[in-house]
This record gives sequence, C-alpha cells and structure tokens, in this order.
Amino acid sequence: MCGIVGLFLKKDDLRPKLGDMLTDMLITMTDRGPDSAGIAIYGDAAEGSTKITVQSKAPETEFDGLEAALSETLGAPVTATVVDTHAVLIVPEDKASDAIAALEDRGLRIMGSGASMEIYKEVGLPRDVAARFNLRSMGGSHGIGHTRMATESAVTTMGAHPFSTAEDQCLVHNGSLSNHNQMRRKLAKKGVFTRSENDTEVGAAYISSRIADGASLGEALEGTIDDLDGFFTFVTGTRNGFGVVRDPIACKPAVMAETDDYVAFASEYRAFADLPGIEAARVWEPEPATVYFWER
Amino acid sequence: MTTTLDKTVLDMTATDLRTVNTTLQAAAKAQANGAYVITNPRGSHAMACGLDGPLSVTIKGSTGYYCAGMNKEATVTVEGSAGPGVAENMMSGTVTIEGDASQYAGATGHGGLLNIKGNASSRCGISMKGIDIVVHGNIGHMSAFMAQKGNLVVLGNAGDALGDSLYEARLFVRGEVKSLGADCIEKEMRPEHIETLKALLEKAGADAKPEEFKRYGSARKLYNFNIDHADAY
Amino acid sequence: MDKTPQTEPRQSWTFSNSINSEIRRAAATGIYDIRGGGAKRRVPHFDDLLFLGASMSRYPLEGYREKCETSVTLGTRFAKKPIELKIPVTIAGMSFGALSGHAKEALGRGATMAGTSTTTGDGGMTEEERGHSEKLVYQYLPSRYGMNPDDLRRADAIEVVVGQGAKPGGGGMLLGQKITERVAGMRDLPVGIDQRSACRHPDWTGPDDLEIKILELREITNWEKPIYIKIGGARPYYDTALAVKAGADVVVLDGMQGGTAATQDVFIEHVGQPTLACIRPAVQALQDLGMHREVQLVVSGGIRTGADVAKALALGADAVAIGTAALIALGDNDPRWEAEYQKLGTTTGAYDDWHEGRDPAGITTQDPELMQRLDPVAAGRRLRNYLSVLTLECQTIARACGHNHVHNLEPEDLCALTMEAAAMAQVPLAGTNWYPGKPGF
Repeated sequence: MCGIVGLFLKKDDLRPKLGDMLTDMLITMTDRGPDSAGIAIYGDAAEGSTKITVQSKAPETEFDGLEAALSETLGAPVTATVVDTHAVLIVPEDKASDAIAALEDRGLRIMGSGASMEIYKEVGLPRDVAARFNLRSMGGSHGIGHTRMATESAVTTMGAHPFSTAEDQCLVHNGSLSNHNQMRRKLAKKGVFTRSENDTEVGAAYISSRIADGASLGEALEGTIDDLDGFFTFVTGTRNGFGVVRDPIACKPAVMAETDDYVAFASEYRAFADLPGIEAARVWEPEPATVYFWER
Repeated sequence: MTTTLDKTVLDMTATDLRTVNTTLQAAAKAQANGAYVITNPRGSHAMACGLDGPLSVTIKGSTGYYCAGMNKEATVTVEGSAGPGVAENMMSGTVTIEGDASQYAGATGHGGLLNIKGNASSRCGISMKGIDIVVHGNIGHMSAFMAQKGNLVVLGNAGDALGDSLYEARLFVRGEVKSLGADCIEKEMRPEHIETLKALLEKAGADAKPEEFKRYGSARKLYNFNIDHADAY
Repeated sequence: MDKTPQTEPRQSWTFSNSINSEIRRAAATGIYDIRGGGAKRRVPHFDDLLFLGASMSRYPLEGYREKCETSVTLGTRFAKKPIELKIPVTIAGMSFGALSGHAKEALGRGATMAGTSTTTGDGGMTEEERGHSEKLVYQYLPSRYGMNPDDLRRADAIEVVVGQGAKPGGGGMLLGQKITERVAGMRDLPVGIDQRSACRHPDWTGPDDLEIKILELREITNWEKPIYIKIGGARPYYDTALAVKAGADVVVLDGMQGGTAATQDVFIEHVGQPTLACIRPAVQALQDLGMHREVQLVVSGGIRTGADVAKALALGADAVAIGTAALIALGDNDPRWEAEYQKLGTTTGAYDDWHEGRDPAGITTQDPELMQRLDPVAAGRRLRNYLSVLTLECQTIARACGHNHVHNLEPEDLCALTMEAAAMAQVPLAGTNWYPGKPGF
C-alpha cells in the first residue's frame, strides 16, 4: 500500500530538474508510505557501458577499493560513484553479467542495472531517503518513485520499490497481489527467480519474463490484467519510456497529467501541485484494465 | 486570513487544514450565510468537510480526497478538479465541481445536489441514498453500484457495469452506456421522470433536454433470493 | 438355528448425519445455509490455558481489601477525548435491525450501569441506545446505512469496521423478514427485501486510503473522538500493524468465534482464525511499532467468563468486547422458551436463525409482539450483573497472580494445557518451559 509517482519529460530543457521535481512529488506521498522510499532515474547512457547500482549495509568498508578490485577481476576499466549506501558502477557492456556475479560474490546487493537506469532505495521517510541520495541533484529523461506502507513483506531495503528484474526495466506498485506466491513458483520453474518475498517483485519479474520471451512491453503489461490477481496500479520504467496499467477493479487511486513538456503520474493529485504549468495540464485518471505507454 | 467587503479569504500556503476547517465549520454553524474563498488548496484532503449550516465556500484550485464530505446546507464550489470521494455522504446543500471528479463522487450521499461540470471517474454515486448527482461529462465503471435512492444524471457516457446490484436510485444517461451491471435495466421514461429530470437539469445549469435521456433502474430480481438468479450473485 | 453374525450398522465420520442433513437441505433449496452466531466447531480457546497464581516466588493480593484496579482508557494516541471505562469489558457492535429496539436499550442500560461502552452496528444509531448508553461507539461500516454527521458528532468514539471475526473478507446479509418499515427507513431501502451489505468500504480501499478517511472523520469531529479500527482475525500481525500505520487510536480484533447476525455457515466455520491464535501476533505488531498500550487493543470472539477476560489481558489486550455473551445475559437462548424453540425445529442453546426474526426471546427480532417479551430494564440489570461477575472474576485472578491492576497480567502468568494452545498463545506447556516454535530450542 503506497504512493507512486512518475515523470516522463518530452523535452530536454527540463532534464536537469528531473530529480528536483520527482523529489517534491515523492515527499508529498509520504502519508501513503512512510516505511521506505525509492526512485529509479534514467540519466545519460554511456555508449557501450552498463550501469550497475549496488547497495551495501557497510558502505565504508565494502565500497573502499571496490573500483580497483572490480576492474582487476574484469580486466577492464570500471568507474564507481558512491552515493551513501549505494554505488553506481559503470562497466563495459560485455562485462556486465560478470560484474554482477562478482559484486554479488562480494556480498553486495544489486538494485538494478542498465544502460541508463540507476535505482536508489532505502528504509525511512521519503524526505530523509531523498536527502541521503541527494535525489534533487539528479538529472535525466524520466524516472519513477515510490513510498511504501508495507503490507505483508518486511520493511527492508530489498523490500523497497522500485524493483528491477531486467536491464533498464523497473516497476513500482500500489495495491496488493493475491496470487504472487503461485506466480513466483511458476516463474521459478522457468528459471526466473526473485530476491525478496515482496509481491511487487513478482509483478516485475512477470513483466520482464514476458519481455524476455519476446513480448513487447505493451503486451507484457496487457498480460498482467489476466495473469495477476489482486489489486494493482503499476508504473513501469524502461530505457525509452514508461507505462501504466491498473487492474480491472481499479480501486487504488491513479491520476495523470500531460503538458507539452511532460507526462506525470501520481497516486494523488497533490503530488502535481508544484509541477510547472500544472494549471493548464490535461489531468485524467487511467481507465481500468487499460495499458498506457509513453516512449521517446 | 484576509477579509474583504463580503468575502473571507483563507490561503492554504499560510493556513493549515485544521484552521481552515474549524473556521469554516464555526461559520457554518453560526448560520450567518458567510462567504469564504480558499486559495492554494494544492490537492489537500478533507477540505471544507463536515459543514453544518448555510455557508458559501469557493475553493480556487484542485482538491484531494473527501472535499465537502458529509456536507449539510453549505454551498461548496471547487474551481478545479476534485479527488476521490467528493461530497461523500452529503446530507443537503450544493457541491459544484468545475473540473473533473475522481472516483466515488457522491458516495453514500443522502441528499443535496452534487454538480460535476466535467467528468466523473469510477464508482460515481456508489451506495447513494437520496443525493442528486448531475455529471455534465462522462462517468466511469461501476457507477451507482448498490445505489439505493436519489437521481444520477449523466449528460455524457457511462462506463461498464452501470447500476450493478441497484436498489431504488434512478439513473438517467444521455449518451452511451458501455454495459449495465447485474439487475440494472432500461426503463420507460414516464412523464414524472421527465419532470424530475427537467428540474434537475435546470438546477444544475445543464444544457440538455430531458427527452434525450434514457432511464435505467432496478429489475428488482435480486431483492429476494431466487435460485434461478444465482449467477448474478 | 443360529443367525449369521452381522456387523453393526456403521455411520461414516466423513459423511455424518449432520453433514448429510446439510447436503439434503442444500439440494432442496439451492442456497447456502445462513445463520447467526459465531463458529460452533471446537477450536483451541482460552479454556486451554491456566493461570499459575502466586505462592512463594510471588505474593498474592488479599481479596477486596488490597486494591486491584480495572479501569481502562481507550483512545489516548490522538483523540482529545479518550474513553474512560470502569471495567475492561465493552459491548461489541450489534445492529439495530439485527436486534430489536428493546434489546439495544437493554444493552445501553446494562453497560452504563457497569461503567462501560456499547457499540452501534450496521443500520445506524437509534434513540433507544444513544439515550441509554452513557458511552456509545458509532460503527462506520461499508454499507453506511443510517450514517450521518449528526450521529457521528454525538458518538463518543468511531469504530471503522474493516472486518469481522465471523466473516473476514465478507459483507453482511439481513433477510427480508427483518426489514420492517422502521429498519428500511433507517437504511433507505425498500421494505421486505434481502439486504446485502458490501464487503469493502465504498470510498476507500487499503490502509493508505484509510489514513485519509481517518483524517476526514477527525476533521469532522474536531479531533475529539477516538478512532477504532475493527479487524477480523485473518492476518492479525499485518492487519494490526497497518491499522496503526493508518492512524488508529484503538484496534479491535475479532476472532472467528465472534458472532454475526446473519452470514453463510461456510464463512463462519471456515474463514478466520481462533481468537486465541490472533492475540499474540497482534500484540507483537504493536510492540514492533513501539505502540503497545499506546494504541489500545480490544479483543473479542468467544469471551464468556472472567477467566477469559483475564487471559486475553494477560496475552496483551487492553480490554475485551462481548456480543454473544451479552445477548445470553439479556435472555437469548433461555430454557424458558424451550417449547417455542422446539416448534422452530431447534432447542435451547442451538437457536441461531437470528436472521429469520422469530426469536422467542424477543431479542433478535423486529416482530412487535415478540419484542415485547424483553423487558429492557430487567434485561439491562441482568447484563449489569453479568458484567460485574466478569470483572470480579478477572480481579480475583489478577490478585491471585499478585497484580494491583488487571493490566499487569502478563503471558508469564499463564501455562497451556495443550500443544496447540501453547503454540498459539506462546506460553509454555504446563510443567515445561517450552512451547512449539519457541526460539532457542
């Protein structure tokens, strides 16, 4: 049970302000989710490289010398940027899976990876989480964020949203799935494994598994309507855009706004109050069992 | 708080919700027919709720959940859009939304008029118990679910499952109805319905002719259990 | 000539006479069995726990002379006007409609004399109960029948009903026989129809929305009234935690033995957890959030004796609520009506067709003649007496365990007679220092 925000910029001039705008939206959703907060932000992609976001419980020791060590293991140049408990490692694209394996071996937790996506999430009030990561300073083309009121799984970093289960893909969710255990077992049989007990991660894994099987993102989102049971509003991010889908009952709130400059999503209108030009924006609610998608 | 000749202005960038509501509630109770303007609502929840007396409130912007909830006698106008559950359980008075209304508009309302100039989302008039709701645009799915009493008038289209498990509320729709819910059927528009509708359209300032509408109501087949209707349960 | 020995006719345990009769009833009518009351099957209960009492290692208190307090304050977290009760036993929500006006009046009279609160139900607030209840909790239910801001403001507390122990996840059902003109008028329904109550609230879903609903209720009532959240015993750890996160002042937790006016038998008997199994997870949730005793916990579902009250408190509840027991104290299922129960095809103690409105005791009915059988003054006095006994019994046990307030009862005062009860209550099996699932073993 949670608050969701999302922002997709249509023009480049707002890019430096993306983190700032998303942070305001995120903090406004604190009441809906005071347990933890997270954000996925799609920044500049470096040609031929993959960004891997990792989290550590002991960043001072575990991130110390990580850049050099990983570079040696991979036999390739690596750059690391440490942000509080998270570090973003940029590695050559063809070394990405080796790098992830090596990072997991070192006991680090993978938040996500991709050409442009970075994920930051922690336990705590959205305001504090945003400050720790200095989310306001981040730029990019689009991003999604989440504030969590945990229902059945633990309040931990790994239980926070967004969940990423494939490169440059991530998902946030408001609601509660009722067949996630069954779906988790089904996906596991196909070799798709989740890292947490969280229902949302199963939703994310379902979508990325469908895409890996050849479905388009639109088709994968359509699939959630038939294959996932329970209440959900999903917002999913990809390298080029973002998508929205609500379950057929559509009880969990969702509102969208569009101007010439951006498309915004939130659980409540409040989150839009500071967006530029919101007074003149087209504001509407996404229909139940309908997939919405924006790509650049 | 600034008071001009005939209006008191409450700016929500400077005044918190509790102060705004206690001010409005006290003014309503004083039965003095005052006029209040609220600026910068920024989607706040529970604005102007629980008013219990004649008062005019204009909100300059969009509101969050449960604006004008449980209203009695007051006239509340939102010059923007309203979040979920606007005018929920309203008893009397008038609530006008210049923009769109989110889900559950007028839920369980017992009386008064909810006048939505834009569209209303899903579950408009859910469990309504005597309220009149006029929507100038469209309404979403599951509207008038278990609606008991009152009138829901829609100038545009209605979404799926209109009037599911309907009791005695009357539904008037001018446009298309995507689908009817269980036990909801189209009914004959009799002269008394034309009269009711005409009065409501006039009151809501709606530019439409009663003759253009179709009436929907309960088939009353779910009123007492019957094994042959078990599929509808 | 000797006859060949025959095996005795043998009844099936699986297809018992009672099961077979239900199959025949279903085949004849095509509708599930609807009834009132709570779960009738045997489930692990407070009976499976014992108090240890004090002897050498602890000192007992002298009866009567040495004080053992019983007062409880509900709603201390946010409400400006918390509810102060003299005893830790309250009357659970039961609707006017399900119960007669006289029965509601009797509940109000009895509870008020005993210094505790009563609760409305689905169908609104009546003058009978508001007038006779010094402290009245107003239930805020999915149906919102009779819901209005005036009654909201004249209530002493507001109980947002999310679920009920008899039917977690289910709505209500009041059959046509009981929808008389007065009941129908209060509910804005046609007379004589089967009334179905929704299972979810019409204008919010989930704890994130509930937080906003609570804000609205507080804004309308000037932040004075305690807001209770009532949940059915389904997933008590999560549900209690979420009620607290949504902003509850009080959590009311109803186990599967909790009653209902009319619900499918399959729901009553097969959905939800025993009361005993619900308390510890709920208390754990409160403790994990640092809210135990800050947000009060009221437990209901199968409370019958002062021992039950004491055990619920020892496991961490702040108070209990009674429904079925209160009705019996008023006169429900009384042997004096046996001849009439027989005519209805049932017997004293088993009468549960409350939805049919033909209650010989005049309690669960809207029939004007039957209603007259219940004298609200005398019935109110019986309830007061019964509440006094519950309190005295609970005090007796608390004193024996050396406590000067019933709230000082603790799990360590208890042992369990069965493995099941030991596991559910997380207290040691009698004679051991172990319970199933105890960490460190």
